[in-house]
Amino acid sequence: MIRSRILPILTVVAAIIAVWYAFAVILNAPFERSAAERAGETIGFVELLPKTMAQQRPVLPAPHQVAVEIWETTAEKSITSKRSLIYHAWVTLSATLLGFMMGTALGILLAVGIVHSRVLDKSMMPWIITSQTIPILALAPMIIVVFNSVGVTGLLPKALISTYLSFFPVAVGMVKGLRSPETMHMDLMHTYSANRAQTFWKLRWPSSVPFLFTSMKIGIAASLVGAIVGELPTGAVAGLGARLLAGSYYGQTVQIWSALIVAAVLAGLLVGLIGWIGGWLNRRMGVREARA
Amino acid sequence: MTNTTILIAAIVFWLAAWFANTRLAALRPERGPMVTVINLAIPVLFGAAILALWEGITRGFGVPTVILPPPSMIWERITNSVPTLWADFQQTYLKGVVSGYLIGCSLGFLVAVLVDRSPFWKAGVMPIGNLVSALPIVGIAPIMVMWFGFDWQSKAAVVVVMTFFPMLVNTVAGLNAAGHMERDLMHTYASTRTQSLLKLRLPAAMPFIFNALKINSTLALIGAIVAEFFGTPIVGMGFRISAEVGRLNVDMVWATIFVAALAGSLSYGAIALIERSVTFWHPSMRSERP
Repeated sequence: MIRSRILPILTVVAAIIAVWYAFAVILNAPFERSAAERAGETIGFVELLPKTMAQQRPVLPAPHQVAVEIWETTAEKSITSKRSLIYHAWVTLSATLLGFMMGTALGILLAVGIVHSRVLDKSMMPWIITSQTIPILALAPMIIVVFNSVGVTGLLPKALISTYLSFFPVAVGMVKGLRSPETMHMDLMHTYSANRAQTFWKLRWPSSVPFLFTSMKIGIAASLVGAIVGELPTGAVAGLGARLLAGSYYGQTVQIWSALIVAAVLAGLLVGLIGWIGGWLNRRMGVREARA
Repeated sequence: MTNTTILIAAIVFWLAAWFANTRLAALRPERGPMVTVINLAIPVLFGAAILALWEGITRGFGVPTVILPPPSMIWERITNSVPTLWADFQQTYLKGVVSGYLIGCSLGFLVAVLVDRSPFWKAGVMPIGNLVSALPIVGIAPIMVMWFGFDWQSKAAVVVVMTFFPMLVNTVAGLNAAGHMERDLMHTYASTRTQSLLKLRLPAAMPFIFNALKINSTLALIGAIVAEFFGTPIVGMGFRISAEVGRLNVDMVWATIFVAALAGSLSYGAIALIERSVTFWHPSMRSERP
């Protein structure tokens, strides 16, 4: 178990970190060389090495610089401080969660409608699929600005972008899930003379749960991206997206990388949490794995 | 026409379209060209009804164009500013998206074929690739803009990173899709690694590879447009959107989004067409008729 699964992953992680260090040295070296040249000195590789990893604004910060920055801005700052990454992560997370919940609810409602009505199925399904070939994130700045001009600011506009991004995977997954009961089971419900509502609650809904969680995992990752991009056009007030934008304005590469890493950890945690809940529910409901 | 008449006409059209769709959906013809016609007519009618309702509501209630311009106004703007839109399209799509997409997809494919040779690396790369595919990769846009400058190269770089991981993960999964029986057969033919890769496992992986190509075609456009929010020369779709939003020229923003939507759907459709001819043997490509 440990040998066959953990070891390869650790090796790949170690390889990534090694490559990262190597590139940090290569990319940051020209700056140190030219600095030494201006000072009229020649600089050897041994002196160069530590300097490339301790720059104020490196082209590529070394992993430990990012780690120190994350530690300083999470553990050593109070949570309410504007310089705390936890505060910014929370701003992004709240929009993500609100949007994700609205998107999931919308997706489920749409799927229920589509499964039960032929007209809805025929008229909406092609558009739902087409809507995903559209780069929706391009709408983000407009949604934010338009809502701002009406006087709605803060959480809701960002959450709406997340909603739009997360409803699609849920809708498509749920349509599949609600249609997943076999003909045999549907016929059985029919012989029990079950009406539509009973068939829905006792057969369709339970058998769609594995599909729901699979698509929710995709949905929440998309929600997070939506919330981050939604923070860009507001002029970098708060949130992980704002940290990215502020960092790019002022050339604070360490700040950009730490915001990125925190966003990645957040995404990993959210997807992992949903996967864990899904797995637990599946076991409780006696669903066999390796489907969906 | 006054605004009220437009509103009423739109609502009447919407109701009529809805009614027509209900009747069309109830027809259920068995086979023949009628199926295709109906399957096409219903969504088209639905789309037309939405457009009519949009036009009617924005004009009827006098919604300020800053909030939501009516479709007719957007169309007028599109036809009036073709040169600008074309220049933006060239900058973002033809330069940034296409080059990044090609590099990213082929890199992902090559790495997948290399990784596939060793079970150890496969076990390590797959979980990490899956994780990275779920991460908000667009966030690297500011870094790429710093490294590669404001022009399209930085956008292509973002697209490369965004498309690499879905391609890698899907290709590795696809290369394992061939069944044991078929592999054993190749073994009994004494085929070499390369032969079994080229003749069995790559063709079997094609549905997965096309899946990645389709996912990536949307991701690439998103990546390039969002990267332009972080810095760009004064041309490009992302630049146009952020600049015109600032000047509250919302109709121009919608025009750009229309172009982006068109480009996105057309490239998706083109890939789906190629997929149809390459993976004609796959069960999902069978027509519904028995």
